[in-house]
Amino acid sequence: MTIAPETVGELREIAARYPQSRSALLPMLHLLQSSEGFVTAEAIEVCADVLDISAAEVSGVATFYTMYKRRPVGDYHVGVCTNTLCAVMGGDLIFERLKDHLGVGNDETTDDGKVTLEHIECNAACDYAPVMTVNWEFFDNQTPESAVALVDDLAAGNVVTATRGARVCTWREAERVLAGFPDDRADEGPAAGPASLAGLKLARERNWRAPEPSSESTTGDAIAADQAAKSSRTESDVAVAASPADTADSAGPKSDSNSDGKAPDAGGTH
Amino acid sequence: MVDTLTPVLSDNWDADRAWTLASYEQRGGYGALKKALGEKQDDVIEIVKASGLRGRGGAGFPTGMKWGFIPQGDGKPHYLVVNADESEPGTCKDMPLMLASPHTLVEGVIISSYAIRANVAFIYVRGEVLHVVRRLQRAVQEAYLAGHLGKDIHGCGYDLELIVHAGAGAYICGEETALLDSLEGRRGQPRLRPPFPAVAGLYASPTVINNVESIASVPCIIANGAEWFSGMGTEKSKGMGLFSLSGHVNNPGQFEAPLGITLRELLDLAGGVRDGHELKFWTPGGSSTPLLTGEHLDVPLDFESIGAAGSMLGTRALQIFDETTCVVRAVLRWTEFYKHESCGKCTPCREGTWWLVQTLDRLERGEGSEADLETLLDLCDNILGRAFCALGDGATAPITSSIQYFRDEYLEHLRHGGCPFDRHAATLFDHTPATAGVSA
Repeated sequence: MTIAPETVGELREIAARYPQSRSALLPMLHLLQSSEGFVTAEAIEVCADVLDISAAEVSGVATFYTMYKRRPVGDYHVGVCTNTLCAVMGGDLIFERLKDHLGVGNDETTDDGKVTLEHIECNAACDYAPVMTVNWEFFDNQTPESAVALVDDLAAGNVVTATRGARVCTWREAERVLAGFPDDRADEGPAAGPASLAGLKLARERNWRAPEPSSESTTGDAIAADQAAKSSRTESDVAVAASPADTADSAGPKSDSNSDGKAPDAGGTH
Repeated sequence: MVDTLTPVLSDNWDADRAWTLASYEQRGGYGALKKALGEKQDDVIEIVKASGLRGRGGAGFPTGMKWGFIPQGDGKPHYLVVNADESEPGTCKDMPLMLASPHTLVEGVIISSYAIRANVAFIYVRGEVLHVVRRLQRAVQEAYLAGHLGKDIHGCGYDLELIVHAGAGAYICGEETALLDSLEGRRGQPRLRPPFPAVAGLYASPTVINNVESIASVPCIIANGAEWFSGMGTEKSKGMGLFSLSGHVNNPGQFEAPLGITLRELLDLAGGVRDGHELKFWTPGGSSTPLLTGEHLDVPLDFESIGAAGSMLGTRALQIFDETTCVVRAVLRWTEFYKHESCGKCTPCREGTWWLVQTLDRLERGEGSEADLETLLDLCDNILGRAFCALGDGATAPITSSIQYFRDEYLEHLRHGGCPFDRHAATLFDHTPATAGVSA
């Protein structure tokens, strides 16, 4: 066995998260892609062993899902959305340019092991079409030229930051996060991109808001809640900067303006 | 009179560090949780029923009624599973919601789990959205540390564990019973119903599966009341929802409005179809909802009106295509998607989507004959309603609707001996030929 004992320990840790251990199989396969580079024959065996199911059952699962790879993947998995909307908006041309530029076909890796190129299905960012991904981070509003510059930066080892996300890590590091082991990059990147805010921006400009609730049905315990927030800490121990209330233009039912400032009594009557 | 746009779920997306607990609570977040924990579980279900909230994942089933199907006092564990597998082509609302304000969802999960008496809940999020997964993991961790999750939540005796579970790339897992199989560590294939998940779902126990936006809508309903929510929208399609405009529009994006707004109004807000072009066809709710055209600009975007117009509201994923787009190319690509994503369990979908691609591909290349259109319609007729789940039905939607509205464009491919469109003209950038020299 070449799979490290620590990895096997983490596989058992994942299995223990769930009411029934077999539920852990998908995250376990993500973890093994992180540690082994792809779903190896040995990875299949160790999953079967940990979960006490057959290797055939594990194999059946590993071959069903497109994110599981049976061959080594480059440091950077580059996805180009070629589902209809992105394809029409330019995704097809981007994908062709990248194949040509990198000298690889679909689902192939460059000789230096840096970049694996794959055309992907709709990745739920259609308002930023044409969309690409690097290690499953969003790269919005791409063109053939920006796509070429992106893969060149990746190949050169330059720091690359997602449009709505973090500094790009390696594919194997990303797989570890998907297995449920956070990498502490949640605070990187913006809350939202411009398209996500398109309607909100208009609403602010035109003073449009949801109706005010009738007063007896509101809850307001922002003060107590804020105190609770201050006592909480994240995995990073990074002090979370107090957010400005941005009440100047905030409106609607979640606004602090409805707060009665009373501490909540969570003791229920049920 | 309710305003044209009604930001509720998206109202804090422009706040500083909106994804953090501190930011969320500063705006009153988790106030609804504390209110809900002071109510009886059945009363919470009644409030959601009274609000008229219907599932935001596409089907539009009343959320409170779904919760009411969970048998009570049955001695079995109950589960809440959030369907965050957003993969329907065109659909892009849940990901920005979870990226910007994961705590809205987490608060909704806790209230909803409390109502159905579940002590374990899952957020099944597709794997291909790394930063969304990170934000969910962080939000759940913050919620545990603040005592919103875990044992004896806020001293009321209620326990809840919440697990963020990343999928691994399979559109079919957005189908709720396939999602359950996937969450049990199996291939994501749909289950025969009955039994319905409310009776025998995850681990054969009573389970509620709801879309992200449905669950995220629960805190505002609890905080502001059922009447407040049902004061927005139409008679049968109540409340607000996220409308996602994409494609050939000047300012694509998310627009949160009462159900019943029209595409004409939304296009106006989004700066119109891109300059110098006109609307050709659009999807009201993703690729599985039949195409509509310019004649449907004034149809209210609610479940009933879009249904009466021959389509479905779906996920309010408004993909806009102008006259530069070849409808045959668009439909072929969607059909290739359904073929790729068919799980293979049932014959009509597995074999049918394969034949649909063969036939469409030939037509798109200008080969084949007019009789192929009848073959396509016949194939669709043999898939629709005969497949195991809605994936097969969805595969037929773009084909039958495009033949209905654009039959002559198919024939033009035959007359032209290929696609008569310049695909460069449809892109959102000025096309530079590959030979023009790229900095490398």
